[in-house]
Amino acid sequence: MAFASGYFKTTYLEDFRLIETRSRLVCFFVLIAMLAFFPLIASPFLVDLAVQVFLALIGAVALMLLTGYAGQISLGHAGLVAAGAFTTAILFKEVNAPIFVTLPASGLMGAILGLIFGLPSLRLKGLYLALSTLSLHFIVIYLGAEYETHRGFATGILVDPPQIGPLVIEDARLWYYLLLIIDFIVIVFALNLVRSKTGRAWMAIRARDVAAEAFGIKVARYKLIAFILSSVLASITGCLFAYYRGFVSVEAFSLFMTIEYIAMICIGGLGSILGAVMGTIFIVILPYVIDASVDLLSMPARLTTYMFAVKYGSFGLIMIIFLVLEPSGLVAIWHRLRDYFLLWPFKHKSVGR
Amino acid sequence: MQVIVNIVVLGSLYCLICCGYVLIYRASRVLNLAHGEIMSLGAYFLFTVAMSVGSHPALSFICAILMSLVLGLIIYQFLMRFMAGESAFAAVLVTIAMGILLRGLTTLIWTSQDWYPLQYLGIENASHLLMGDGVISTFGIIAVVSFVVIYACLFTSFKFTRWGLRMRAVGENPLFASQRGIRLHRYYAVSWALASFSAGVAGMIQACDSGLNPGMFHIGLKAFPVVVVAGLDSLAGVIPAAFIVALVEILAINYISPQASEVAPFVVLLGMLLIRPWGLFGTKEEIERV
Repeated sequence: MAFASGYFKTTYLEDFRLIETRSRLVCFFVLIAMLAFFPLIASPFLVDLAVQVFLALIGAVALMLLTGYAGQISLGHAGLVAAGAFTTAILFKEVNAPIFVTLPASGLMGAILGLIFGLPSLRLKGLYLALSTLSLHFIVIYLGAEYETHRGFATGILVDPPQIGPLVIEDARLWYYLLLIIDFIVIVFALNLVRSKTGRAWMAIRARDVAAEAFGIKVARYKLIAFILSSVLASITGCLFAYYRGFVSVEAFSLFMTIEYIAMICIGGLGSILGAVMGTIFIVILPYVIDASVDLLSMPARLTTYMFAVKYGSFGLIMIIFLVLEPSGLVAIWHRLRDYFLLWPFKHKSVGR
Repeated sequence: MQVIVNIVVLGSLYCLICCGYVLIYRASRVLNLAHGEIMSLGAYFLFTVAMSVGSHPALSFICAILMSLVLGLIIYQFLMRFMAGESAFAAVLVTIAMGILLRGLTTLIWTSQDWYPLQYLGIENASHLLMGDGVISTFGIIAVVSFVVIYACLFTSFKFTRWGLRMRAVGENPLFASQRGIRLHRYYAVSWALASFSAGVAGMIQACDSGLNPGMFHIGLKAFPVVVVAGLDSLAGVIPAAFIVALVEILAINYISPQASEVAPFVVLLGMLLIRPWGLFGTKEEIERV
């Protein structure tokens, strides 16, 4: 993976490293320092935006593991996020449970649902699998709506901010640091997972499941593992989402949310954790960029009244552009750019990635 | 009696919507998830024609139907053409993205207000008493009649005409078909146009019956289980499947709760996928067991 000449791996230990060269280590620490100091100088709006990116990132990494690596298509991601959020909200309302209970409970709920969502994958492939997850999405949302109406929370359930020891996490900056740590753990976990036995098994299944089976990979087991892991992470996103917003309602978890997550991993580039990060940043920031540009260009009044429609339209348009013109996503653009500058003034393509 | 009438009307509407899914899937193996949006666009065309040109109801219906046909051609020519030969999932994602784009555009052009095309058309949506004590609205009758007519036309043309034969050939094996000199792109485009046309008709009837707003595309999504129950590539299967799903939905409204009617078709879909993933009448070969 090292991309310039002069760097050779001589021991297996060097091959195992996530951060390979000293310059990369420096880059990594600079990044960490920048992320750590960011909320101290940034405006509250920017901090909120960063928190949204961090929240969505867990879900996007979850979907990336499932769709990008294991090749299992799911249209039920919003349903899983909703399941986590509702588990949290219901436990909070019914037994006043603290975050130490709700977070693992959401994860457990995710695992159970992941097993259920994953079972059809043992029989179905491709489009048909996507359809079965889609119908599970509607069923989860229906159960949530039934709970809301029967318990009299017709408009939604209010959730108080979580308390860790003496610390009440309400301030956006506290959220920022909490989510930064969680995201760091999730990303390192995912990076290590995809290069372990499980990750290699997933990629083999993605390429061709029959061949994977012939190589001795237990296809059924690894598919279920992919579904369960992805749903646990998605439900944890849901739990944190419920606490951060302080409000849970079925309207927030429409099919559009699933599409947003799919857009994140497709625009970012399937089969790459870096792609999930890039795609998430792109998709979360996009509506705000559109807002700002409409303000700047002083569009006609109709556009500003129907801002959400403008966002919808441009979201669809950008997704189409990426799918048609750059199916390997932002990550491919980044690699091309990087290689261009690394190899300049030569035009050779790098052999590895 | 009323329950039976409701089932028949809803089932006919589902048949009209679903033949679009099946036509496109059969020809090009693309599942069009923007079908609901195309349907509501058809209804908006009718509304626009009725409001601006107006005068004669039949004329405005014909104009709107022609516009939906052209819409299908445009979508194929300028977007889906590029996705021919790509993986099925990528094509489906493009249709999802197109649906979102169309939804945004619809709201921008026609606002998110409720519209009633009927008041510009000058027809009334009267209720008719049937034998027993069932009540059916004029547009309920129109839904049933147009479903019968469109399906009869589709079946006969697929069976007896030259282009119907070619269309089936394209669906069966695109490579051989193109080597025999059939222009694939032309027949894919025809399938999109026909799908957009039938969806447009369904949208117009629905809009006349109960008004028009951007939330209408949900019906397209709800009609989706019908196609899976039928088998994605079976036009004949749509008819029994539509009535089964309509039956389940109406029963869910009557006996469980209106909320449950939203989810009932999807429960049917899930059950079908678990028992017979290829649907009632679909071809079995395309689903490989894992």
